[in-house]
Amino acid sequence: MKNKQLCVILAGIAMLLFAAGPVTAADTIKIAYIDPLTGPFGNVGDAGQKHFQYMADLINGNGGVLGGKKFEIVPFDNKISAKESLVQLKNAIDQGIRFVTQGNGSSVAGALIEAVNKHNKRNPKDPVLYFNYAAVTPAFTEEKCSFWHFRFDAHVAIKMDAISEHIKTRPEVKKVYLIHQDYIFGHSCSATIQDMLKAKRPDIEIVGDTFHPLGKVKDFSPYISKIQASGAQVVVTGNWGQDMQLLVKAAKEAGLTAEFYTFYGGGLGSPSGVGAAGENRVKQVTEWHNNLWNEQNKPADKDFYLGFQKQYAVGNNERLEFYYGRIRTMMEMVAKAFDKAGNANPKDVAYALEGMEHDTYYGKVIMRADDHQLYQPMFISTMVKAGSDKVPFDVEKTGLGWRTDMKVDTETTMRPTVCEMKRP
Amino acid sequence: MIEFIVFSLLNGLLYGMLLFMLSSGLTLIFSMMGVLNFAHASFYMLGAYFAYQISTWVGFWPALIIAPLLLFIIGAVVERFGLRTVHKYGHVAELLFTVGLAFLIEEAVILIWGRSAPDYRIPDLLDAPLFTLWATNFSMYRGFMLLVAVCMFAALYLVLTRTRIGLIIQAALTHPEGVSALGHNVPGVFMLVFGGGCAMAGLAGVIGGNYFITDPGMARMLGPIVFVVVVVGGMGSLTGAFVASLLLGAIQTFAIGLEYSLSDLFRLLGMSPGFQGGILKDLFRIQIAHTGPILPYLIMVLMLIFRPKGLMGTRET
Amino acid sequence: MSNIPKKHVTNKWWAALAVWGSAILFLALLPIPFRSGFMLSMLSEIGIMIIFALSYNMLLGQGGLLSFGHAVYFGLGGFITMHALNFVNDGVLPLPLEALPLVGGLGGLFFGIVFGYVSTRRAGTPFALISLGIGELIASSSLMLPSFFGGEEGISGDRMAEITLTPFGFGQQIEVYYLIAFWVLVSTGLMYLLTQTPLGRMANAVRDNPERTPFVGYNTHIVRTIQFSLAAFFAGIAGGLFAINYEIVTAEVVGAIPSANVLMMTYIGGTGFFFGPILGAILITLMELMLSNITHAWVLYYGLMFIAMILWAPGGLASLIMMHKPLWQGRVIGGVLKAYAIMAAPVVILFLGCMILIEINYHLSLSIKPEDPMHIFGIEFYAQSIWPWLVSIVLSIGGLIFFLKSRKIVSRAWKTAGNQLKQKDSGS
Repeated sequence: MKNKQLCVILAGIAMLLFAAGPVTAADTIKIAYIDPLTGPFGNVGDAGQKHFQYMADLINGNGGVLGGKKFEIVPFDNKISAKESLVQLKNAIDQGIRFVTQGNGSSVAGALIEAVNKHNKRNPKDPVLYFNYAAVTPAFTEEKCSFWHFRFDAHVAIKMDAISEHIKTRPEVKKVYLIHQDYIFGHSCSATIQDMLKAKRPDIEIVGDTFHPLGKVKDFSPYISKIQASGAQVVVTGNWGQDMQLLVKAAKEAGLTAEFYTFYGGGLGSPSGVGAAGENRVKQVTEWHNNLWNEQNKPADKDFYLGFQKQYAVGNNERLEFYYGRIRTMMEMVAKAFDKAGNANPKDVAYALEGMEHDTYYGKVIMRADDHQLYQPMFISTMVKAGSDKVPFDVEKTGLGWRTDMKVDTETTMRPTVCEMKRP
Repeated sequence: MIEFIVFSLLNGLLYGMLLFMLSSGLTLIFSMMGVLNFAHASFYMLGAYFAYQISTWVGFWPALIIAPLLLFIIGAVVERFGLRTVHKYGHVAELLFTVGLAFLIEEAVILIWGRSAPDYRIPDLLDAPLFTLWATNFSMYRGFMLLVAVCMFAALYLVLTRTRIGLIIQAALTHPEGVSALGHNVPGVFMLVFGGGCAMAGLAGVIGGNYFITDPGMARMLGPIVFVVVVVGGMGSLTGAFVASLLLGAIQTFAIGLEYSLSDLFRLLGMSPGFQGGILKDLFRIQIAHTGPILPYLIMVLMLIFRPKGLMGTRET
Repeated sequence: MSNIPKKHVTNKWWAALAVWGSAILFLALLPIPFRSGFMLSMLSEIGIMIIFALSYNMLLGQGGLLSFGHAVYFGLGGFITMHALNFVNDGVLPLPLEALPLVGGLGGLFFGIVFGYVSTRRAGTPFALISLGIGELIASSSLMLPSFFGGEEGISGDRMAEITLTPFGFGQQIEVYYLIAFWVLVSTGLMYLLTQTPLGRMANAVRDNPERTPFVGYNTHIVRTIQFSLAAFFAGIAGGLFAINYEIVTAEVVGAIPSANVLMMTYIGGTGFFFGPILGAILITLMELMLSNITHAWVLYYGLMFIAMILWAPGGLASLIMMHKPLWQGRVIGGVLKAYAIMAAPVVILFLGCMILIEINYHLSLSIKPEDPMHIFGIEFYAQSIWPWLVSIVLSIGGLIFFLKSRKIVSRAWKTAGNQLKQKDSGS
């Protein structure tokens, strides 16, 4: 009996002793990817890592940056905890990594921004730069804006602005229902869309403004009953993950015909979670989806998209697809910034990135210097039956794909900012 | 108003029945063995995954039978080779064993089926509305879920009241020592009950996995809500668990309709809301409707403080 | 006979002094080998977790109270400290930074008294479930009450405060490490002393025999409430150090995960000995922070280790170590150690085999590109080829066979040592 106990201890010790150190090469530029790789959000972080790896391989294949230096994505598992992210940031800095990217969870992003700011203040000669590809709290590029933080995702207000632009074009919509998760993100979504609708469509009546606890609701039917009773034609929700999927599923069960404007209906498991319930019911606001190449006639983007699938959609991940159009934009712009700066000094790269304009397949994007927020064209799209000429690809093998309803141009998405950028 | 009440009742009934399917096994296990089985939700998840896998091979209907049977076997094995070994170290060790088991089951599910959700769908046959009331559909699948839950309740009731083993289980619920003193094979009964409890959780997984979402986080998502049913219903009382399930289902669904907050209450009492500043100002903003899903925990805490026997419990611990 | 106890007492004094002195020296010198930022953060985290786990053991080990919501007091202590830190920086509250964890402790104490009073009337399952319910309630409301908890982004502050007692500015991690080390020593000392007081003894009595305790004149409810509140106090101190160390506190710290973590730390370390939770805190923190960087399978290893401990070593690491104490004192441990050395080889082989098997499976199922080669200890190979499977299976089976054989050697060594011990006892 004692022997087994000992076995267990030795196992633990051996595990720690044998921990192999990372292999370093001088001609690489490392980017620390700090996101959940295990635990409840492991699938999202895992998908993100594959996006970055795909982009890094593409750029490296084309000769890399700074005359031949290669990008290396170094993953760090933060288990979506702010605390662990800070420890992993230290870990990355110890390993000589000066570029960090992260996206999942505004709690993590907020902690990283603070930590990067403090590190750079306390070590002004050895700064760290942080690229945010998905955390959407507006404050990060408003009151809390930082020179060391660049955001490549449209924040809440930009997304809501696009949604309200679309609703503006639909005179038949008279009643809108808002349902959000009861925390800061949900409240800011709700407040933003109400202001915008009031300004753009004063005739619209907000027939409900409901908050429910985050991630605690299993059966959304009661909420659907409420929406049904209110007579709403359109539901706007910032819900993500299960809270979004279960909401839409319950709507289908109850035969609710209202349409759902969502942020996160588009990928990373959401379409398969929603399944058939999404048809003609779910709309999303994104910077990219997998039928844009067809609508805008850009076959090169199709190859890009299929190339990702060919590499990574295997085994258990057979339904993994390219989703983060912005990761492509981000990596291309970062590569450009390195070449423009002429070195790998984070400060120079940051200055090079400020105000940078970049051409994507679907229009010009700009990293505004005032607030370090990327402004890019936004697309409102609806989930419809796929396989036709207009909607060739489905998402996650659901048989449903995205069809664009409207494009919102970069200039239209630009918003005033209260950011007072302090530059070193 | 009548529309709201009818639908809240229907929704509450369905949710309550699902809760009962999950918690009836737990109540039996907890009352007889004193084990708070933290892996119970993991067996629910396993039920959903097994059903998904079986339904891709031979279809949904066989899965409805096979998945719970598999879980019965798994549950019995866990009891025989895991819990019984740990039993001699006391309840804390047993409980922690189930915590560790929950970890392992989740990792195993991820290892086998991957991190993202499998496409486990409602069978086409049941994917249609059953009836429509005030423009809201009540789908056939929800009717089917209700039917399964009722059948399970009836079967459980018959087994417990009409069979010899059922009578032993009933006796063991209230007087575990006495039953063993009478010479019954209590460990064997434990194994049977544990397996049976897991099978019921698995059945809930089979019919709940496609109605909700099947993914590796579903056990974690379910959370400790099943314990609330056990506590509120009371130790050793299946009827209590049934009543508590329906009650919790109803409370949660009705609470969603009530958009009143503390500040409304003060306004009603004619008090000025002047002091609602400072750090606790949010307390006054929260409406009952927002708190629906966390009310059960409040009820559980209050119940344990003021009436630890639960609604219909026969003993305290 | 009469002078033996006296000698014993002086021995104890010296031993205590030696233990504490070497602990101080050890903590003071530790940053010399581990000077990198990551290592220092990890040491700081370990220090915080040591206080937290020790405070948890005041409940589980000393009071017999199984709590599923101890992180509530840790987290609330952290939030209160962070608010206090911000008040200090705003010039409202004239407190030195070094004393701020005490504010967190007092906050923990306050909530400990409130929640402890209502939840400790009964021990056992009712208490466990109340703590679970309170934990869920606080965790859920943490996102609903953003003015106190700061919403999703939490509350942050700058620890480089104006007022300090020491010349430290607390900009560097090493200064924070020393602050944490100081509080670890103080808290550990206080918690140890508490176990020696009448209160500590009564807590044990209430744990072991709640029916009889009232007959010696103590109210079990009051004893438990005091014990609970003090545990919450130390958890609050740990939370305060957390706030200072990370300069941010988010809602996750009051959640179910840290509550479950501290339970696992304490249990794996061993609840029966005062130092058990310290071992558990060190081991689990190392696993969480380092193992997760090495392998994605860390949760599986964690779960397997946890289950193995419960099945075969329910007393935790501490009891594994302490069961050798009589052999050590009787100076008969040599034979057992020799047997362990013999067993080490099959254990390592068995472990290697299982580990390769697990890693191959994880690589095939969950790695970023299963077709890519994988690395274990710098050896590159393909998971699709048959060789790694063969090697790992042969290693596992071979290791297992020799392991089972060597077990007999170890148990024989134990038997011999036990006999020697008996002979010595009867001889003297």
